[in-house]
Amino acid sequence: MTGYIIRRIGQSIIVLLGVTLLTFLLSHIIPGGAARAALGPRATPLQIQQFNQINGYNLALWDQFYQYVRGLLLHLNLGYSYKNNQSVLSLIQERLPKTLVLVGISTVLAVVIAIPLGVLQVVRRNRPIDYTLTGLAFIFYAMPPFLLGTLLIMYFAVDLKWFSVSAPQASSVGGILADPRALVLPVVTLAAITVAQFSRYMRSSMMEAMTEDYVRTARAKGAGRWRVLFLHALRNALIPIITLLGLSLPNIVGGALITETVFNYPGMGLLTTQAALNTDVPLLLGTTFVATLAVVAGSFIADLLYAVVDPRVRYA
Amino acid sequence: MSRPVMEGTAAPDKPGFEAGEESLDADAAAHADAGEARPVGSMLRLTAATFFENKLAIAGLVIFILLVLFSFVGPHLYVTNQITVNPVNSNYPPSSAHLLGTDGEGFDVLGRLMVAGQSSIEIGLAAGLCAAIFGTIYGAVSAVAGGAVDAVMMRLVDALYSLPTLFLLILLSAIFSPNLPLMIAVLGFISWLGPARLVRGEALSLRTREYVQAVRVAGGSQRRIVLRHIVPNAIGTIVVNTSFLIADAILALAALSYLGLGLPNTTPTWGGMLSNGTTVIFDGYWWQLYPAGIAIVLTVVAFNFIGDALRDSLDVRLQRR
Repeated sequence: MTGYIIRRIGQSIIVLLGVTLLTFLLSHIIPGGAARAALGPRATPLQIQQFNQINGYNLALWDQFYQYVRGLLLHLNLGYSYKNNQSVLSLIQERLPKTLVLVGISTVLAVVIAIPLGVLQVVRRNRPIDYTLTGLAFIFYAMPPFLLGTLLIMYFAVDLKWFSVSAPQASSVGGILADPRALVLPVVTLAAITVAQFSRYMRSSMMEAMTEDYVRTARAKGAGRWRVLFLHALRNALIPIITLLGLSLPNIVGGALITETVFNYPGMGLLTTQAALNTDVPLLLGTTFVATLAVVAGSFIADLLYAVVDPRVRYA
Repeated sequence: MSRPVMEGTAAPDKPGFEAGEESLDADAAAHADAGEARPVGSMLRLTAATFFENKLAIAGLVIFILLVLFSFVGPHLYVTNQITVNPVNSNYPPSSAHLLGTDGEGFDVLGRLMVAGQSSIEIGLAAGLCAAIFGTIYGAVSAVAGGAVDAVMMRLVDALYSLPTLFLLILLSAIFSPNLPLMIAVLGFISWLGPARLVRGEALSLRTREYVQAVRVAGGSQRRIVLRHIVPNAIGTIVVNTSFLIADAILALAALSYLGLGLPNTTPTWGGMLSNGTTVIFDGYWWQLYPAGIAIVLTVVAFNFIGDALRDSLDVRLQRR
């Protein structure tokens, strides 16, 4: 197990380095270069030259990358956002906890809803309720998150006035949690699409488990229907869900980005969208790096959990 | 945007394409044992036969055909001006003159829905197909090459997989100014990873089959192994995955439009119409939101139906239930 963890950490580092290199190179094919993006179309050649000099953009590409990675490792330096006149790290430190709150709550909610739904569909397989839930899952999966968010705002915030139109604007995590009326709609929007995906997974995973030999054995020895369902089938069906959760992280993070834009939720997603619209390259690189880090860490934890939950899995 | 896992779980231990056919046609199975790709005629016929057994597949296909007719034939039957802005006519509710009303620039919404459908369907199909073709070749080459090459090629896929799709998409569209071919390339670029992994998995098991080894012993080139043996035998997995890729590309395009990083208004898309609709819905202009929303949901559902149905009909273990 220790060997596996070490190897897996090594892999994660290589992956992160690769992603950093890729995004770094991508940001360098930007037309006109970073200087043009930061100073605007009317900057003089002299100003551009000075900007490149000060920020090291006149160095060789490999040297720039080396400096970037070095700054990142030694000083957690993610660069400087010229548009916000603030370091990328401080911007991210401000926004990241808020996104974690949004993603955390809605993912937990999604899992808690999706698992019973999937089980219910297997129990009532090929009955009206199964078809209805499958149909709903398809529709929610196919619905762009911003459409769902807008519809929710229209009905529940504008018409019924149950919840606030925009997300909590508080600057601290505590302030956000203190305003549940504003937090409900963003959380529901993000959770709905995840539920659609997970309940489908859960249904097929449960289906799979019900055909296994150990379920037949449990039935044969006289275990009751519910005992077989929950103690034998469900526990095994949950194992692949852990991996799925890890693998779905990029989707959830992406969904959070859209949701934040819809509700003007001041998190990482909104920061990224604004960075993209302003061509704020250092900030865009920084948020992409942090999002990737989150995904890599998430799938790493999912892999470890997998081994903990399933005693048959022993990584050599 | 992508849904790698659903297919991923089915693929590695999947009895596969041939097994699904054996039950249908023993003759085809004999061909499969011979190893060389089956005659195209019989392969298509069998795929079609399994496909049309499934009601959802037919529903998906019918929806898709209707949407294609609507988008490509519709403008010839329902002729509207979609070129010049007409502010005098803006934001009319549905009437006999404008069946679905007009939008903020005075364009007829129904007519615009048709024109936007053309670009949305084209982009979705093209991006999905490009990704499938590139991913297939990448995965097959990686598996056949093996060793260090395989390791490097797959680590690259792993790295890209950890990049949240939407972030990469945003990065790409912030760098390049969007136009139609570029949008296809960008959407294709983010979605070839799934097919690459799936095909590699499939190819790893196909590679050890006797008929592939026979080709190698007989002096057949790597190229021949990939193109004539591995790709045709993995085609079931590829087709299933492609239908999901198309659905995801259409959704990704809508997301980009919403973030203001989509195509300019001169190339209308359903995603663009929908995101315009979200800004005016609070003025009560519902006809600018729902039609585009329904069009997107229908298209994505149709491709998911087709994909799910294809997978189910190709997976014998699921058929038994």
